[in-house]
Amino acid sequence: MTRITVMVDGVSYVDDVEARTLLVYYLREKLGKIGTVVGCDTSNCGACTVHLNGRSVKSCSIFAIQADGSEITTIEGLARDGQLHPMQQAFHDNHALQCGFCTPGMIMQAIDLLGDDPDPDEQRVREGLEGNLCRCTGYQNIVRAVLDAAQKMKPAASAPDEMSTRQPSAVAGGGN
Amino acid sequence: MTTTAQPATSEFGRARKRKEDARLITGRTRWTDNITLPGMLHLAMVRSPFASATITGIDIEAAKQLPGVIAVYTGADLDAEQSGLPCVFPINADATPPRHVSIASDTVRFAGEIVVVVVARSAAAAKDAADAIQVDYDPLEPVLDMAAALTDSTVVHPDYGSNKWAFFSLDSAAADTGGNADEAIAAAEADPDSIVVKRRFRQQRLIPAFMEPRSIVVDPTGEQLTMWSSTQVPHIVKTMTALCLGLPEHKIRVIAPDVGGGFGGKLQVIPEEFLSVLVARRIGKPVKWTETRSESMVSGHHGRDQIQDITIAAKKDGMVTALKGELTADMGAYLGLLSPACPPFGGFILPAIYKIPAYKFTCTDVFTNKTWTDAYRGAGRPEATFAIERIMDELAVELGRDPLELREQNWIQNDEFPYTNAAGLIYDSGNYEAATARAKELFDYDGLRAEQRRRREVNDSLQLGIGISTYTEVCGLAPSRLLGALGASAGGWEHASIRMLATGKVEVVTGTSPHGQGHETAWSQLIAHKLGVPFEDVEVLHGDTQSSSKGLDTYGSRSLVVGGIAVVNAADKVIEKARKVAAHLLECSEQDLQFHSGKFIIKGTDRSTTIQEVAFATFTSHNFPEGMEPSLDSDATFDPENFSFPHGTHFCAAEVDTETGWVKIRSYVCVDDVGTVVNPLIVEGQIHGGLAQGIAQALFEEAVHDENGTLVTGTLADYLVPSAADLPSFTTDRTVTPATSNPLGVKGVGEAGTIASTPAVVNAVLDAVRHLGVTNIDMPCSPQRVWRAVQSARGAVKSTSEHATEAAAGGGLGSIDAQQGGAE
Repeated sequence: MTRITVMVDGVSYVDDVEARTLLVYYLREKLGKIGTVVGCDTSNCGACTVHLNGRSVKSCSIFAIQADGSEITTIEGLARDGQLHPMQQAFHDNHALQCGFCTPGMIMQAIDLLGDDPDPDEQRVREGLEGNLCRCTGYQNIVRAVLDAAQKMKPAASAPDEMSTRQPSAVAGGGN
Repeated sequence: MTTTAQPATSEFGRARKRKEDARLITGRTRWTDNITLPGMLHLAMVRSPFASATITGIDIEAAKQLPGVIAVYTGADLDAEQSGLPCVFPINADATPPRHVSIASDTVRFAGEIVVVVVARSAAAAKDAADAIQVDYDPLEPVLDMAAALTDSTVVHPDYGSNKWAFFSLDSAAADTGGNADEAIAAAEADPDSIVVKRRFRQQRLIPAFMEPRSIVVDPTGEQLTMWSSTQVPHIVKTMTALCLGLPEHKIRVIAPDVGGGFGGKLQVIPEEFLSVLVARRIGKPVKWTETRSESMVSGHHGRDQIQDITIAAKKDGMVTALKGELTADMGAYLGLLSPACPPFGGFILPAIYKIPAYKFTCTDVFTNKTWTDAYRGAGRPEATFAIERIMDELAVELGRDPLELREQNWIQNDEFPYTNAAGLIYDSGNYEAATARAKELFDYDGLRAEQRRRREVNDSLQLGIGISTYTEVCGLAPSRLLGALGASAGGWEHASIRMLATGKVEVVTGTSPHGQGHETAWSQLIAHKLGVPFEDVEVLHGDTQSSSKGLDTYGSRSLVVGGIAVVNAADKVIEKARKVAAHLLECSEQDLQFHSGKFIIKGTDRSTTIQEVAFATFTSHNFPEGMEPSLDSDATFDPENFSFPHGTHFCAAEVDTETGWVKIRSYVCVDDVGTVVNPLIVEGQIHGGLAQGIAQALFEEAVHDENGTLVTGTLADYLVPSAADLPSFTTDRTVTPATSNPLGVKGVGEAGTIASTPAVVNAVLDAVRHLGVTNIDMPCSPQRVWRAVQSARGAVKSTSEHATEAAAGGGLGSIDAQQGGAE
């Protein structure tokens, strides 16, 4: 067992973990962060994507002990004060999910994508989501949602009555 | 009547955003694998690596000593209790299906079959113990190829004695729905004014690849045994668990919580469900099994896998005179719930939208030593649609005709409905002209044909092909009497009940079991439309046999056209009861009342009462009609009189790089007619997802076994589920020809996109390279296969025939050569 300290969705945790425990199983089984899911065992599907220190990672492909000292955001930590993150809102507005199993990973990856390129075209969005598989939607509405969120996340686009007072950052941090 | 728009009430036809989304986008989900119960233990399965073998020894001692291990069970331990898994649609009425064991005792028949169950305190400990178990096998020669299987030189089930399980046939002469196809084809062969075209098409084996791996939790500690399962069919699982394992049905509760996709892959009663029940009962504690993706690929049922021999006869003026389809279908090693019936089901729709004067269809179901096959999105109809739409293109080529024009010449015209097709199905409605006209407008058919000519003239390395699919399909399972006539052991009705709460809120209980389809939203719209209550005031309950006591679940594009009609019929009963109460409260006769937008109004006055007021008056029952039961609650069970027949026209323009074999879909246009629409947002989403899966069969996916029967596409790295980067944006539109077989005029939509799109894409690929001498490319049309086809055609064109060669090699992975790799 190895002792790790992590900040997950704004809460600090100290835990003893087996060296072989993957981050996703630590999140799900130890912390009860079951919003993050496991869809494969070869890191192809991306369903387990979370943010580690502000960048997207597939949490099935790193060990929990590698996250020691890190700040992690999961799908459960995106909404603030009852207000959805613009990417969550865009997925809802554009019917970008059906069964919803890929959705947490897809949203986390889409936010990271906009961090790299706040104003992508359709092709950039498609390539940026290549590591996240969806079997339901044919991706068309996911692409539409990401493009929609990109517009709404531009600082000038956030009208006070529509958005929270917090300036939406392209990459959501864990927050406190 | 066909229109391109439809009148919408405030709710019916409205593009409501989904109620379901709120929990799914925030991670507040209820997947089965999320469930943790006190004292819960975890299961891991040891599976056979051999496709055919005798088990000669199992050493579990080392595993039992590992920390956290509670128990280890072999087939010998569980065989007396395990019975067999059900097949409810055997097609072959003369024999009992070979026993389908959940756990093998002495013989394994496919690679992936369970041989040992481990129970441990954690999933990791269970997997460690599974790895420590030694199983000795005496490998046997597996039967992998359908043609070899039919020789019966080695049989998969010696007790049954043959690999040929069932033979199914349809004959229009015998059924009096047309002439004798064999005679018509023979006559055409002898007639200089006729032509006969024969082709063999290969439906590759596919894997449903739902995103949520299957998971089961069984809690045996209560009065009822409770099972949570990631299934499309909780009601069927409940009944089958009772029937097969001998548990009293009322002592079982099955819950399908949030379920992450199915596509037919979760339309099954699975070995792991039965084993979880048996183990949980023995140990007396809750158990959980969650599969890995690798387990899912090898042990969840597969789909398709057929050889199709298609013959079409026509006059040289293009009029089709006969059609014959002869199928051989790979069942794999066992028969699942619907395995034998899926391929024959396609036979009813092979005549498609065309007037076929003489028709014959046969299907032979064959055992092999591979994972068993069963329903996968479309189940029989994608195969049939592929065959007819490919052969229509072949006929057009042989006759030198435009493929769209040839289709128009043969299709059923709008004024000919209702129309009995050559297989005996009665198409209630359709307007192929309208859908095709709209698709042509959106696609620029003539402009793309012009571009195609230019590219051919300059011998461009990038060639353009246009593919057409003018499909119809048969869905909405199903009229019970028809299922009974075909030998199914169950009916096809659906149930709904409505509970009017004291405060006027509404609970709708449905027997359908959604796993991404959006029933909570659509059923709320139906109730808001019928009862005039706010959309937000409706709660839809489903997927728990405790609350939803009756149902036949979700598959076969049935939920709206069967289950939705039950909801609407139950709402009508609520209104009739409420009308009596309203008349009593308003002191008028029922005939004087008009119900509109949630209000009972006395005609010609401004006196009214709302449905919510009626609900509260019913709750108190202080002032209530004499002799009336104080309840507005109602239920309805709907059994449709006919299937549902969506149709549409799909166009695909594909660029083929003749130097690399790369296929790029330039544009994809589809105009589908799914009748009236409750929620266009949901319908469009269903079409998008359906297209993606149909295109995936055409270009990417194939389950490949090696010469030992090992699945070599057993992960998502090898089995090419397309990503966002692999697919284009689709242009979709609708025409609306209401179904006449149900009061809403709705038709199924869940499978249409998948059924229609595969032949459109393959026809486009072939159309791009046919002038080079390519006549066929097997699916998936991977770069390797397309490149080989072009290369060998070029060689063949130089030397001998104008009809060059087929490209056989190259499975889903570019790196796998199916011939050299030994796979079928």
